[in-house]
Amino acid sequence: MNGPTVPDGNVTAYPHAPMLALDTLWLYVAGTICNLRCTHCFISCAPDNHSHGMMTLEDVRRHLDDARALGVREYYLTGGEPFMNRELLSILEATLRQGPANVLTNGLLLETGTCRALRAIADASEYSLDVRVSLDGWSPEDHDRIRGPGTFRRAVQGIQALSAHRFLPVVTVTEAAAGVGGDEGRARFLELLRSLGLARPRVKVLPLWRIGAEAARARGYETWERLSSDSVTREGLEALQCSTARAVTSRGVYVCPILVEEPGARLGAALHEALRSFPLTQGACHTCYVTGVTCRT
Amino acid sequence: MSSLPGKAAFFGGVYSNSPALEAAIRDARHRGAETLFCLGDLGGFGPHPERVPSLLLKHGVTVVQGNYEDSVGHDRDDCQCGYTDPRDNRFAQIAYDYTRANTPAAFKEWYRALPPALRIEMGGRRILLCHGSPRRQNEFLWKSTSPVPFLEKLLRDHGADVILCTHTGLHWSRTLPSGGQVINVGALGRPANDGATHVWYTLLTAARTGPADGSEPLGVEFVPVVYDHERLARDMREEGLPEEFVETILTGWWTTCLEVLPARERESGRF
Repeated sequence: MNGPTVPDGNVTAYPHAPMLALDTLWLYVAGTICNLRCTHCFISCAPDNHSHGMMTLEDVRRHLDDARALGVREYYLTGGEPFMNRELLSILEATLRQGPANVLTNGLLLETGTCRALRAIADASEYSLDVRVSLDGWSPEDHDRIRGPGTFRRAVQGIQALSAHRFLPVVTVTEAAAGVGGDEGRARFLELLRSLGLARPRVKVLPLWRIGAEAARARGYETWERLSSDSVTREGLEALQCSTARAVTSRGVYVCPILVEEPGARLGAALHEALRSFPLTQGACHTCYVTGVTCRT
Repeated sequence: MSSLPGKAAFFGGVYSNSPALEAAIRDARHRGAETLFCLGDLGGFGPHPERVPSLLLKHGVTVVQGNYEDSVGHDRDDCQCGYTDPRDNRFAQIAYDYTRANTPAAFKEWYRALPPALRIEMGGRRILLCHGSPRRQNEFLWKSTSPVPFLEKLLRDHGADVILCTHTGLHWSRTLPSGGQVINVGALGRPANDGATHVWYTLLTAARTGPADGSEPLGVEFVPVVYDHERLARDMREEGLPEEFVETILTGWWTTCLEVLPARERESGRF
């Protein structure tokens, strides 16, 4: 197995995130395959990026069995675009039999029939189903510049279709659109969603990780954007999502959902092999620690 | 570990709702509860934060420390409720600042000394009492996001047959394939976001027949408490607490601290 890619080659200088408990499992059900090619994507997902492939229902079942034994609390289905996976609804059904699930989507494939099926699957489970839809800006111009022509309108239609089926979608916004951060940007987003007919809008704002496509769009990490052992606290490390989460793709188990393109972040083939502390050598680790972000809903 | 007789009552977050606490104590005694417990969060939301601890002490209620007692007791800057949304945090801060400013020093000292967890026994079952979860005082255990494998692990990790908690404000219970039980006892402080004005507490009953070897699940009863909520609303207004809080008391629908709700629990509310 490759070791983490370390700028100055000295892993011991970096703090380690402890592995406290596996509460959260990310399932890259669509791998890096997406129907969009967003300019800020931290793993450069695209229609032709097959570096991580689709997961089958059988793949997911194997990880769910491991997760049950480990007492996992919640599941996130992501990609790529999860709804491009033809087995997505069956995967979701199997996941929701075991615990609460979140699906992260760009909203483009949320036709009425799909939303109806989602509603039926959600109602049949004793656990919660959250759907998160990405929106990158208040206007089609802002959004489509990042996500591609015509995508704002289709994402909004997807959000409205979910709402029509009694879902309360969480609209996920990145700081790629100017002015999104802070209370004012958040309030403006809530207002936009109300104007689209969502009576109870929910918004989650995420920072940008300067890797993948985003490194080319804006900039990559500077060498100073790294954590050092003397710049962190134990509480801060324990609050990192990698202290309580892992991500699985068709290629194995990774430390977190952000670093699946980082070879050194692959911790094994199965979950039980991946429950160890991790050296925080990456610029992305700096972003997580400094912003206090979690990818959880 | 103390072994309890047949029936005990468990009160969740009281949030300074002293009329509801009075009514619940009366009701629990009437139903034959020999022992009374409160799982913390005595203050917040409601008026006159000195009233609830006075009542608890007067009636000999055993209290577990909640995040509110940790914060108020140590004069921390915020309530550590664990909200993530700016609006939720703004309202939580209003409630906390009022509570902290109006809690007498003697009670703050008592809050600091409260245990964050307690172990008791009923019908041979090992019961762990905590506020949020056995591993974190402010962890939310909602029904729709606390799946069976996770709860089985909590019971294993903490050597318990039964876990009792509160913190979310919504009561629920799960009996697990192992026979273990996890019960969120609900809250006396505000209604259960269901459009009704009553609040809830939990009665546990040890099986009267069969061996008291812990193999029999405890009887779990969620008890609604009707109380003078209009009097509480009047007191809240007199103290200048937000009208949003008063609305919750008068309608039974949560108006604040909503963003932390999982989808399932949020969908069943009004806001």
